[in-house]
Amino acid sequence: MSFLQDGTGGYLTLFLAGALANEVWRLLGVVAGSHLDMDGQLFQWVRAVALALVAGLVSRMVLFPAGALADVPLAIRLASFAGGIALFYAARRNLGAGVVGGGVLLLLAQLAWS
Amino acid sequence: MQDVSSPASAFLQGLRASYSVAAFVLFATALGFGALARDTGFTLGHTAFLALTMFALPNQVVLIDQLARGASVAAAALAVTLAAVRLFPMVATTMPHVRGTRRRPVLEVIAAHFVAITTWIEGARRLPAVPPDLRLPHHLGIGVAVCGMMVAGSVTGYLLSVGMPPVVSAALVFTTPLYFILSLVATARARLEVSAIVLGCALAPLFYLVVPGLDLLATGLVGGTAAFLWGNARR
Repeated sequence: MSFLQDGTGGYLTLFLAGALANEVWRLLGVVAGSHLDMDGQLFQWVRAVALALVAGLVSRMVLFPAGALADVPLAIRLASFAGGIALFYAARRNLGAGVVGGGVLLLLAQLAWS
Repeated sequence: MQDVSSPASAFLQGLRASYSVAAFVLFATALGFGALARDTGFTLGHTAFLALTMFALPNQVVLIDQLARGASVAAAALAVTLAAVRLFPMVATTMPHVRGTRRRPVLEVIAAHFVAITTWIEGARRLPAVPPDLRLPHHLGIGVAVCGMMVAGSVTGYLLSVGMPPVVSAALVFTTPLYFILSLVATARARLEVSAIVLGCALAPLFYLVVPGLDLLATGLVGGTAAFLWGNARR
């Protein structure tokens, strides 16, 4: 492997560029969170930002996927996504039905299309 | 959740999250991460190390992608830290839920490590039913269970990656956004929450095309603030 050193050096790289760069936001979150009042306006705003951000990640993952999912046509991704949501409600808001159902829909549609 | 009476039983209750839909979906996605790590030339040890110490799948993928493309350590760290900003509001809103009446700084930092989208969503679903002073052990239980599934999934995916048909890995990866959106929708009641989710979904593709790299941050700030203002104005 050319981009990582062997042994400790490689792990050090992963720790600095990965774990540390990642964890710093969690530590800052602990500090900020210890001053947040759950009934306060600031808490509501931070929560709204977090929700919008995660929802944004969802639409980015479906519309602009990486890896194997990128080879599945957009129409199949969108139809399976809508199908999963429909199954969720049809099964009385059952999370498993929506998630597994949507995944199976994508698998079958892609097999039928290709 | 009435049978939760001691910190130990609250922790064990949390561990039960390892056989939830959430854990299954995370395992499925982690399979994809393990396969990607092997594809790009990382060792099994590196893969498990990243799953355990980062415990945030999208950020793990960013790091692997950067290093495999030959980015410097500093450039890779910058890309990871931009992706990790989203952990900040999630941790900041989880901490007031779990801290109870007594301050336990070390346990709070460990609890914060276990905050990722999956545990944040599961916590929002389960924690309100738990007595305040038992929420920290309960959250730690959820964290250990879900983090364990992350490592197990990554290792399994690494070992299985040779021979998995691409269409199967595509379907596995696809369950993650579905799980995220359905759990968000299932727990959102207030106008503020629903509008934050709708705005987030709508704005992200636009920001992705205009400011790639900063797109999620911009989506969260613009969409979240608009939802906050609108939710308050109508109250």
